[in-house]
Amino acid sequence: MKFDTPATTNPIDRLKIVGRPTDRIDGPLKTTGTAPYAYERHDVAPDAAYGHVLGSAIAKGRIASMDLTAARAAPGVLAIVTAENAGKLGKGEYNTATLLGGPEIEHYHQAVALVVAETFEQARDAVEMIEVEYGRAEGAYDLAAARDAAKPSGKDDEPADSRVGDFDSAFAAAAVRLDATYTTPDQSHAMMEPHASIAAWQGDRLSLWTSNQMVAWSVGDMAKTLGIAKEKVHLMSPYVGGGFGGKLWVRADAVLAALGARAAKRPVKVALQRPLMINNTTHRPATIQRIRLGADRDGRLTAIGHDSWSGDLPGGKPETAILQTRLLYAGANRLTRQRLAELDLPEGNSMRAPGETPGMMALEIAMDEMAEKLGLDPVEFRIRNDTQVDPEQPKRPFSQRQLTECLRTGAARFGWARRKPQPRQVRDGRWLVGLGMAAAYRGSPVVKSGARVRLDAKGIVTVETDMTDIGTGSYTIIAQTAAEMMGVPLDKVVVRLGDSAFPVSSGSGGQFGGNSSTAGVYAACVKLREAVTARLGLNAAAAEFIDGQVRSGDRAIALADAARAGELVAEDEIEFGGLDKKAQLSTFGGHFVEVAVDAATAEVRIRRMLAVCASGRILNPKSARSQVIGAMTMGAGAALMEDLVVDKRHGFFVNHDLASYEVPVHADIPHQEVIFLDETDPMSSPMKAKGVGELGICGVAAAVANAIYNATGVRVRDYPITLDKLLEKMPDVG
Amino acid sequence: MKPFTYERAASPTEAATAAARQPGARFIAGGTNLLDLMKLQIETPAHLIDVNGLGLDRIEETQEGGLRIGALVRNTDLAADARVRRDHAVLSRALLAGASGQLRNRATTAGNLLQRTRCPYFYDTNMACNKRRSGSGCSALGGYSRQLAVVGGSDACIATHPSDMAVAMRVLDATVETVKPQGATRTIPIADFHRLPGDTPEIETVLEPGELITAVTLPKPAGGAHHYRKVRDRASYAFALVSVAAIVQPDGSGRVALGGVAPKPWRSEEAEADMPRGARPVMAKLLAGAKPTEENKFKLPLAERALAAVLAEAKG
Repeated sequence: MKFDTPATTNPIDRLKIVGRPTDRIDGPLKTTGTAPYAYERHDVAPDAAYGHVLGSAIAKGRIASMDLTAARAAPGVLAIVTAENAGKLGKGEYNTATLLGGPEIEHYHQAVALVVAETFEQARDAVEMIEVEYGRAEGAYDLAAARDAAKPSGKDDEPADSRVGDFDSAFAAAAVRLDATYTTPDQSHAMMEPHASIAAWQGDRLSLWTSNQMVAWSVGDMAKTLGIAKEKVHLMSPYVGGGFGGKLWVRADAVLAALGARAAKRPVKVALQRPLMINNTTHRPATIQRIRLGADRDGRLTAIGHDSWSGDLPGGKPETAILQTRLLYAGANRLTRQRLAELDLPEGNSMRAPGETPGMMALEIAMDEMAEKLGLDPVEFRIRNDTQVDPEQPKRPFSQRQLTECLRTGAARFGWARRKPQPRQVRDGRWLVGLGMAAAYRGSPVVKSGARVRLDAKGIVTVETDMTDIGTGSYTIIAQTAAEMMGVPLDKVVVRLGDSAFPVSSGSGGQFGGNSSTAGVYAACVKLREAVTARLGLNAAAAEFIDGQVRSGDRAIALADAARAGELVAEDEIEFGGLDKKAQLSTFGGHFVEVAVDAATAEVRIRRMLAVCASGRILNPKSARSQVIGAMTMGAGAALMEDLVVDKRHGFFVNHDLASYEVPVHADIPHQEVIFLDETDPMSSPMKAKGVGELGICGVAAAVANAIYNATGVRVRDYPITLDKLLEKMPDVG
Repeated sequence: MKPFTYERAASPTEAATAAARQPGARFIAGGTNLLDLMKLQIETPAHLIDVNGLGLDRIEETQEGGLRIGALVRNTDLAADARVRRDHAVLSRALLAGASGQLRNRATTAGNLLQRTRCPYFYDTNMACNKRRSGSGCSALGGYSRQLAVVGGSDACIATHPSDMAVAMRVLDATVETVKPQGATRTIPIADFHRLPGDTPEIETVLEPGELITAVTLPKPAGGAHHYRKVRDRASYAFALVSVAAIVQPDGSGRVALGGVAPKPWRSEEAEADMPRGARPVMAKLLAGAKPTEENKFKLPLAERALAAVLAEAKG
């Protein structure tokens, strides 16, 4: 199905099942510990041997020699894989560094060997017996130092630079100006389930059970890396214990499990050990961002400038922190520039709302600072600069844009009017209390997505698509979509996901998965409905699918009857035909935060958070709310604690475990509320939905930062906002 | 984890004797720290002596009016003991500020005293660390040191002792009871129990090879108001940047020990004599000679402010 004209009324609009708060259909499996995650597939590979990974001890250089003698002789060892004995390997399209290093080493903890043994303990012990001599080379590990050598970096649809009007003159002439630099640190996805895979060969065919967000990409990259045909790779990723962008690609666990299984001649399972996850896989790159804002006395922006620097390995990508600045606020004169420095740190890549998360961390503090300079309420200042068209291409409207409504609703619900505009006015015992807010913005891309739908003689509708559920609730919204389309209750729908034997879907990433994959299921269901009416001899246009029946005129036939003579199967994909070029598809919101800062120690504790979201039709308010509160929690972590600390001498992230890379715990998040505004977006898809899982994080950290400023009068522009950055300016104690 | 042999000891003396007999032997009780370190091969004992069955899991009142806490009393049980909560509340509060419920259920009194540093370079076996491998150097010096010691460290090591419980034990003047391999016992004041790193950061306590902790004894109640103020980056389940254990008497006199700033619980009886005069003079003496790094120098004002907050709270 080609989606190239705005959606009109369709069966989804009945909203009998779609749009209702619905428990996860996979919930019982998860709460009983029976959902089959990749590492626990004892059912398919009961005889799997254990692989354990050795990571490089240096960040850059070469392996001079590697002595495997002791490890080979260790009890239980079946095979050892190194770059030297693995045969020729390719590199995946989505990988920047190779997944098995040697002799060249590109980053710290790059995998250099896999030991396969009968037991996990034997493999782990033998890994430590491998003697590696390295030749260390000089590397670049400091973004601030590499900043001046950074080069423009962009792509066709996201150019490095954008200019509208004459920024320099407008900024120089502006009545009120802000010129400030902000930094965001490297961050880790720190998902619960590590990267994990089981690989088994049947002749030249590989079966891979893994934890992965993008099945089709990863089939391609496994094939490319191993030098085999795509058709020889069967990849299954039905359950993913968190990904956040860290599992968009094949990583060392998958490739080494395949190589280990080939060498040991039996299935091999590999999970990356927690201390390796941070330096071996990808992370959100640090940024330096300079923001310049100019406005007239009425608070209308006349000049908006945003420069961003980030670093990555040679051949890597920039963190696109300037993207939202091209679209969020009106202003006639605009300049954005994106620069990329070469660093020899581990590979930087996507993490939940790449670009907008760090971009909004900076921009939305800048907006708070500017509002204060103008003497305007921060909510009012943003509303005054709202726009219904793409500010860089004013002929291009937003498909839906309820930023102002989000901010007004949030302000009313949160009690924003009680905020004191002057900082440091509210004391509650030992606590300094403040309120802060930020806009939320995230693009809502759409991606081609396919599905197959079956109807059997019992009236069971089975959906098959390689879409993944990374904890987001894909199983449930896909079931809701099929149930709505076919007019059956939810318990008559079976959903099978994450298998490369199924039609290729959008996958899970960029908050495009929910809308795109259900639209693909919609398309397949439209075809199945046609097959049903044809089989039943009904007029397809007049037929209504409802209550397990197909009704047309005065006829009502059980849906199952259509499959009595044999299962009906329909397959289709949704293909997006350019509506997203005619109009900008984006999601909007407002974040409101109350913090308390200990007057003595400057410890920051969040008291309550509110998000108001306008992001198209909400397919399942229950799982959507879970997505948003999870994102708010991640934003709180970004604001207050998350920081991969670079050792600039050795070139690695030092705090590479969950004891030292702190993320919020329950005690950090006392109260969260989420409001979804009514919205349907016919430009987006037949589902009229958009993304929401990434919108929830965009702007949160800035809202926290702004609340801290309101509480303390201390403006911190370097994340995370730890107490040492506030302490000097806190009031006297006692 | 290296393969190891394992035995269950039948008595404290037998455990100590077994440990002295086997080079590289370690006692194991809760295992909350040792097992993690073994998995990473930071600790590689050839032999483990399980002391969980030794019956050292009771809290008894002493003739002097104090409490004798068996070495194997779990942190959860110790924190919840009515006598501890009534008479030694700083200990209960310190325990509950540490770790998580699950860890406290396993962790023991003696094991808590013996837990090892959380210095990130200690945890990465690719990095030089004098505590992990004597003479290899200290990567933390000149590296990421935000969490590390500001006082009591050396050119060989700036690791901190991570315990909350030990800080409270120090302020309560606890003593550590041990048994040596041939059955001799001794009593070590908590002040003398942990060693400063000097040139030998790998030696962390005065315990001799095979010597086993059997109990920790608290003297009679110190009275006063008991405070444990733990400052950290998140609200729970994090190690202290700075912690303050304080006992404040109605006349303003009292005791104070710090956690998170030094290789051992940090207390100076001379410094705390100034408590009636406020936090500043106390900290000036207690942290005299501090050698912070650029990254952790904030701990000095933080410690003073935390104590000032405690003193203000004590005043009411």
